Amino acid sequence: MSATQSQPIDISNLCKDYGAVKALDDVSLNIAAGEFLTLLGPSGSGKTTLLMALAGFTRPDSGSIRFGGQEMIATPPHKRGLGMVFQSYALFPFMTVAENVAYPLKVRGVSKTDQKTRAERALDTVQLGGYGDRRISQLSGGQRQRVALARAMVFEPQIILMDEPLSALDKKLREHMQIELKALHQKLDATIVYVTHDQREALTMSDRIAVVNHGRIEQVETPERLYRQPHSFFVADFIGESISVPVKLDSDTAQLGGRVLKSSSPIAQGRGGHRLMIRPELLEVTSGAVPETANDLSGQVNDIIYQGDSVLVIVQHDSAGQINVRVPANRAGQTGLPSKGEQIGLALHPEDTIIVPEHVS
Amino acid sequence: MSIAESNGAAQTLQNASTLKSEERRESLTFFGLSLPAVLVVLIVVFLPVFWLSSLSFYNAAGELSMENYARIFESPLYRRTFVVTFQISISVTVICVLLGYPLCYWLTRMLDRTAAILMIFVLVPFWTSILVRTYAWLVLLQRKGIINSTLMKIGAIDEPLQLAHNLTGSIIGMVHVMLPFLILPLYATMRGIDTDLVRAAVGLGSSPRGAFWRVYFPMSLPGLFAGIVLVFILSLGFFVTPALLGGGRVQMLAQRIESTITVYSNWGAASALGVVLLLLALAMIWLMNRVFGLDKLFMR
Repeated sequence: MSATQSQPIDISNLCKDYGAVKALDDVSLNIAAGEFLTLLGPSGSGKTTLLMALAGFTRPDSGSIRFGGQEMIATPPHKRGLGMVFQSYALFPFMTVAENVAYPLKVRGVSKTDQKTRAERALDTVQLGGYGDRRISQLSGGQRQRVALARAMVFEPQIILMDEPLSALDKKLREHMQIELKALHQKLDATIVYVTHDQREALTMSDRIAVVNHGRIEQVETPERLYRQPHSFFVADFIGESISVPVKLDSDTAQLGGRVLKSSSPIAQGRGGHRLMIRPELLEVTSGAVPETANDLSGQVNDIIYQGDSVLVIVQHDSAGQINVRVPANRAGQTGLPSKGEQIGLALHPEDTIIVPEHVS
Repeated sequence: MSIAESNGAAQTLQNASTLKSEERRESLTFFGLSLPAVLVVLIVVFLPVFWLSSLSFYNAAGELSMENYARIFESPLYRRTFVVTFQISISVTVICVLLGYPLCYWLTRMLDRTAAILMIFVLVPFWTSILVRTYAWLVLLQRKGIINSTLMKIGAIDEPLQLAHNLTGSIIGMVHVMLPFLILPLYATMRGIDTDLVRAAVGLGSSPRGAFWRVYFPMSLPGLFAGIVLVFILSLGFFVTPALLGGGRVQMLAQRIESTITVYSNWGAASALGVVLLLLALAMIWLMNRVFGLDKLFMR
C-alpha cells in the first residue's frame, strides 16, 4: 500500500499492579514486523491492559516497550503513531463517514485534497466506497466496524492495535469479518496486535497467538501448534473443547487406569499433577478392536445427541469417566455407530494424545 | 368448504374486529389519561395568557388602540429597561457558562460516588427558596456585609465595595440562581459522552488538547446550548433577585411590569410589556435554534 515498513514490537519485563492484583506480571513478548499477533485470554487476564500499555493509555510500573527498536515507554499515546480500533468502534457521531476516516490525516496536517483522496481509498479498501457522505447513525454494525478499520489504517501506520473489534457483531457477520480482516492484513504492511477472548477468532486470524492468564503469557505459538501441543492445562482447556482426566506420572510415562498412555510428544514438566486432555473430535470410533498402536478408550454409549453439523456421543469409560466423542453428521460418520447402552470402540492415537501439567513451572 | 374451515374463516374475521376495537379502546384510554393535564394547561395557562394579552390592545379609556405598544418603542425609560434586561441576561449567561463548563467537566472525571456527593452541593441550593438565597446574598454583599468587612479587616480595601443594590449585586445573585439550570443539562450530556471517543482521537494522533476541542467539546454542545437557552430565557423574565439585590436601581422587564400594575395600575401597558417579553423569549429560542442548529444536534 505504501513505502512504510511495518515495525517489530519488543516488550520486555513489563509489570503493572493494580493494588494487590498483578495486571501485568513480568511480560516479555517479541512480535515480528508484519505479524498478526493475538492476545487471547479470559476477561480480567490482563490482555487489554497489555494492549493499552502498548497504546500508551496505561502507564506500566516498569519494563520496556520498543517499536522498531525505539523505546516508547514514556511516549504519550498521540506520538506513538498507532492505528487503533476500539471495541465500541469509537466513531465520532457528529462527523460524516469521510470526516471520521480523514480525522487522523487532519490532525497530521495533511492537505484537504489529500485527505479526501486518501479517505476515499481507505473506504474502498474496506468495501465502503461511496459511503463517505453518510452519517454514522445511518450505518449498520458491520459497516461501522469497517469505518473504524478504515480510520485506523488511513494514515498507513506501521502498527495497528485492535481491542475486541468484532465482539459486538452477530456470529455470522463476525465470522465473515474475520476472513476479511485476515485478507486485509495481507494487503497492508502493518504489524497487528489483536485482543480477543474468542478462541475461534484467534485461531482463524492469527499468525501467532499469545495466551494470557493472570497477567502472564502462558504460551506463544502458531494456532495449530497451540491447539495440538498446549504447554499447560490452562491453554489446553481454554482453547478448543476438551475433557480432562488426571493421570499418574511414572518417570517419563503417564498412566491411566494402570495402562501406559502412548504419546508422540514428550510430556511437558510443571507443577501440580498431570492431566490427559481428550478433545471430542480427535477420538476415532473403531468398528472392531482398537489397534495396538493407539490408546484404548472404549466404553459404553450413554447418550447420542444430534447437533446438526455433528453428532455428540457421550461415552462412559471405566477409569476416565464420561468422555465426549464428536462424529461428523454425514453417512460415513453414522455407519456402524452403536446405539445407546452398547459398547463403542474408541482409539486415541499417540499424536492426538495431549498430556499437560496443571501449572507451567 | 368444510364446516371447520368456514368456522375458521368466521373466527379470523371476528378476531380482526376484536383487535381493532381493542386498539381504539387503548388510544381512548391514553387520551383520557392526558385529558386532566391538557385541561389544566388550557384553563390555567392558555386562557389567562390570551386574556391578558388582549388587554394590551386597549388604551386607558377602554378603546381599541396600539397606544401601549407605541409607548414601549418611543419612551426612553422603556428602552433603558430592555437594554438593562439584555445586559443582565447576557452577562449572567456568559458567567454561568464560564463557571459551569469547567465544573461539569471536572465532575465527569470524578469517581461516580464523589460526583454524586458533589452534585448534592449543586442541587441543595437549587431546592432552597429563591427568596431565602437572595436575602442570604444581601447579608453577604451589603456595605457592612461579611465580604466587605472581611476584606477591610485584612486590609485589601479601604472603602466598602458597592456589591449590592446595583447591577453587580443583581448579576451575582442571578448567577447563583441560574447556575444549576446550566449544570444539569450540560452534566447529563457530558456523562453520556463515550470516553473511548477521546481515547480514539488521541490514539489516532490528536494531542490531548486537540482531542478535547475537536471531539469532546462538539459532543458537549447539545447540553451546553440547552443550558444556555434555559438560563437566558429564565433571566429575561427574572424578578425576585434583581428586585431585591438591585435595590430599586436596576429595573428589569419583570420589575417594570410589576410597577406598571402596582404603582400605575395600567393593565394595558403591563400586558403589552408581557407580550413583548413572551415574543422576545420565543424569538430567542428560534434564533438559537437557527444559529446552533439545536434540532440537528439533538437528533443523531
